[in-house]
Amino acid sequence: MMRTGMIDPDFLALPLRPVADAALGRARELGAEHADVRIERTTRQMLRLRDGKVATALDSSTVGLAVRVILEGTWGFASHLELTAQAAVATAQRAVEVARSLRPLNAERVELAAEPVHADAVWVGDYEIDPFTVPLQEKVALLSEWSRRLLAADGVEHTEVHLRAEKEIKFYADSAGTSTTQQRVRLHPAATAIAVNRAAGSFESMRTCAPPTARGWEYLAGNTFWDWDGELARIPGWLAEKVKAPSVQPGRYDLVIDPTNLWLTIHESVGHATEYDRAIGYEAAYAGSSFATPDKLGTLRYGSPAMHVTGDRTQPHGLATLGYDDDGVATSQWDLVSGGTLVGYQTDRVFARRLGLERSAGCAYADSPHHVPIQRMANVSLQPDPDTDTATAELISGVRRGIYIVGDRSWSIDMQRYNFQFTGQRFYRIEDGTLAGQLRDVAYQATTTDFWGALEAVGGRCTWLLGGALNCGKAQPGQVAAVSHGCPSALLRGITVLNSRAEASR
Amino acid sequence: MTSGMALGPDELTETALAASKADGCIVLLTDTSEVNLRWANSTMTTNGHTTTRSFSVISMVDGADGAAIGVVSGNGVDLDEVRTAVAASEEAARQSGPARDAAPLIQGAVDDDFATPAAATEIDVFARLTDELAGAFRSSRGRIAGSAGSDELLYGFAEHRLETTWLASSTGLRRRWVQPTGTVELNGKTADDLTRSAWAGAYTADFTDVDLTALAAEVRRRLSWSARRRELPAGRYETILPPSAVADLMLHLVLSMDGRPAHEGRSAFAAPGGAPGGTRIGERLTDLPLTLSSDPTAPGLRTAPFLTTTASGDSVSVFDNGAPIPRVDWLRDGTVNALAYPRAAATELGGRFTPPPENLVLSGGSSASTDDLVGRTERGLLLTCLWYIREVDPVSLLLTGLTRDGVYLIEGGEVVGQVNNFRFNESPIDLIRRAGEVGTTQSALGRELKDWFSRTAMPPVRIPDFNMSSVSQAS
Repeated sequence: MMRTGMIDPDFLALPLRPVADAALGRARELGAEHADVRIERTTRQMLRLRDGKVATALDSSTVGLAVRVILEGTWGFASHLELTAQAAVATAQRAVEVARSLRPLNAERVELAAEPVHADAVWVGDYEIDPFTVPLQEKVALLSEWSRRLLAADGVEHTEVHLRAEKEIKFYADSAGTSTTQQRVRLHPAATAIAVNRAAGSFESMRTCAPPTARGWEYLAGNTFWDWDGELARIPGWLAEKVKAPSVQPGRYDLVIDPTNLWLTIHESVGHATEYDRAIGYEAAYAGSSFATPDKLGTLRYGSPAMHVTGDRTQPHGLATLGYDDDGVATSQWDLVSGGTLVGYQTDRVFARRLGLERSAGCAYADSPHHVPIQRMANVSLQPDPDTDTATAELISGVRRGIYIVGDRSWSIDMQRYNFQFTGQRFYRIEDGTLAGQLRDVAYQATTTDFWGALEAVGGRCTWLLGGALNCGKAQPGQVAAVSHGCPSALLRGITVLNSRAEASR
Repeated sequence: MTSGMALGPDELTETALAASKADGCIVLLTDTSEVNLRWANSTMTTNGHTTTRSFSVISMVDGADGAAIGVVSGNGVDLDEVRTAVAASEEAARQSGPARDAAPLIQGAVDDDFATPAAATEIDVFARLTDELAGAFRSSRGRIAGSAGSDELLYGFAEHRLETTWLASSTGLRRRWVQPTGTVELNGKTADDLTRSAWAGAYTADFTDVDLTALAAEVRRRLSWSARRRELPAGRYETILPPSAVADLMLHLVLSMDGRPAHEGRSAFAAPGGAPGGTRIGERLTDLPLTLSSDPTAPGLRTAPFLTTTASGDSVSVFDNGAPIPRVDWLRDGTVNALAYPRAAATELGGRFTPPPENLVLSGGSSASTDDLVGRTERGLLLTCLWYIREVDPVSLLLTGLTRDGVYLIEGGEVVGQVNNFRFNESPIDLIRRAGEVGTTQSALGRELKDWFSRTAMPPVRIPDFNMSSVSQAS
């Protein structure tokens, strides 16, 4: 295993500069006012074990060349898998043809917010061990051991264990003179234990809450960054308790939500709602738009004064963290919601200019050389209490009748980010400030501004956790992005809780 | 037209098979040529013309405890990469340990056109669409009939993709298939406040049959229904699900019909209270003669006649690459009829080899159209489509999701206005059970799932008591 910190030499050995120069030169000759080239290689590994046996082991990689041009104020995009100067010239020509043939459909001239030139910039993510240098056998052995431990416990009939590993290397060059080379990795391990009750015709499961991360294999080697041994040891007991737990009485409850669950609620109700492209309708036919429209910037009461949400692409080990985006913009951190008021958006260079900002927030991203960059989510994080380091138990102690929710599971939100419904891994009844055993069949449902308006308190730094997902979907053709969300525990008053069994019965 | 790729399919696959030292080897190559066009606020937003290749080597290595599998995928741009992938997949097989789904590789079957290069599409496949769209953008700035006088903004997406797949194996398979996929979606919204939205979509193989002007007329008709708006509370409503909504719900249903989880008691298709291994095959869900089927020869929705996959799961196995795909009736005449089994699972669990669906058709209803169902409704809701559908409880297959792009109030057999959107909580199994009336089957795109499963034909369905769990303010 090697210690990383530099771009993979075999990527640097590709004809990056000659291919980019050929494409940029051809685009310029054909009259493009802007052109950019990306050469990317993404390597993925998917490993799935079912009941301790390997069900899926798939290694894949994608390499390609993308050319994007602006011709007479119209975008044109083309890509090809071959990395030769000849293919680059042909791809640049195709991008120009696409722009020219679709020019009659364009009513809004494309213009980019200014950005300083970043020449020959290099950025490598903060990880120690490249997961692709670890032998498959070692990974299978670790996941088999997890399965074995879970299956050895009473009441666990089946297990599903999976590991996703990804490495993304991007070379970017544009007609203004910026060129960047960047490399990062991401990992998502997860283990699920399943109990089956045939007599009752039911089954139940419990999954690890360990988030995906932009760390390397060091995340899995030992208990430094996540208590794997502790969580795996406790899952069978948690599962057994959940199976026997009483079904929740629907109604209004005070909720204490653990960061392992709250990150997803932030993702859906704040992360997507503060994407500027959604707010002005660019995703309206697909992923949806947003209730948080630009006319409300600076005035919308998003939530209570305890709500401070930032966007960033700089958080260490964050899944959306990178030095420069796919518009060649240097990344940063900024406020989205401050003191409960909407104060900012996520933007790329086109949308920053349209919003009247001097610079882009650096949110352009394409998940593949064969997809066009679009505005994608930064790490959108709820900040902890700046003054008091309140523990989760202290938040719970302030609740007379409520539910403490741990771990994410089912999620759904409408196309303007108003109405959502979430479930979780574990739900604990809170009685007079203390936990009183698990409940089951809990789903919480709310409208975004009502929910965040009911935020009475956030936990302190000691409760803060960087959660996230590898599978955030957006755009047509569909693109997938990885994103992290940091948050503390939070106390929300009077939230509607449904019983999911009762919802199903008729 | 051909894509002009440097390395031909036969050269690539034969090089891989010749380099293989494994006990069995399968090579899969897919060249994809795609053009796409997206628009919003009555102007184009993004577009693209992409040429991609996916090349996979599946190596099978026999061991004392059974056969093991390694799969390595790459771009397949040069022969060195191909040979490296072959060696890497053999090493991965040795390191993975025995596979549970081991089965003898499929033999024989050679397609005459195997060496034919990849099919390619071009941006001019959209020539007619672009003209019609430009016209629709112009006329969208006119007023919507019956409305208070709002302009209309158009949004949408069109894509055309030709995927050429070659499958070659050490057991003599040489198969080739060209899969065309085209879709167009048109979404209209009232420009004044964007509070009214309507949607229409269509599947096509080549865009020659796409009539954007007709889609635009349908969107405008629906927007005109929205001139009168009523607010309705959450509750159970008689509801007409149009074919698009039925497509998304039936896809969620069929994708949960895997055999192994049912045998293991951890699926909605496990027999409740039954002995280990009991499934719900044979259980009657409805007296309506509804059949839910997938069939590679379905008219207008053709798919490859042989199986290809690079990853094993509950419903599919890499060992089954090249297996002929039969028609499968997942439901037949209202009864649960099949669950998905790879060959090894079928042998182990006593099922029949049943690959997962590549297209999906629900049939067995009357000749009634959606409009006919509306005409027979005293009071109820007509939906346009569903969105953000997620599983809430796998035991009952309870799904949650939203209504989208127009919920219309029907009174006395006519649409009388638009109502607010809702969040629903429903199980598709239960919806089949409670279906009151089913109309005629037509090609229909599932609004949510169509980007990866667009070959669906569905009827409109009347549900007497659809569970609208809460109101969504979205529009």
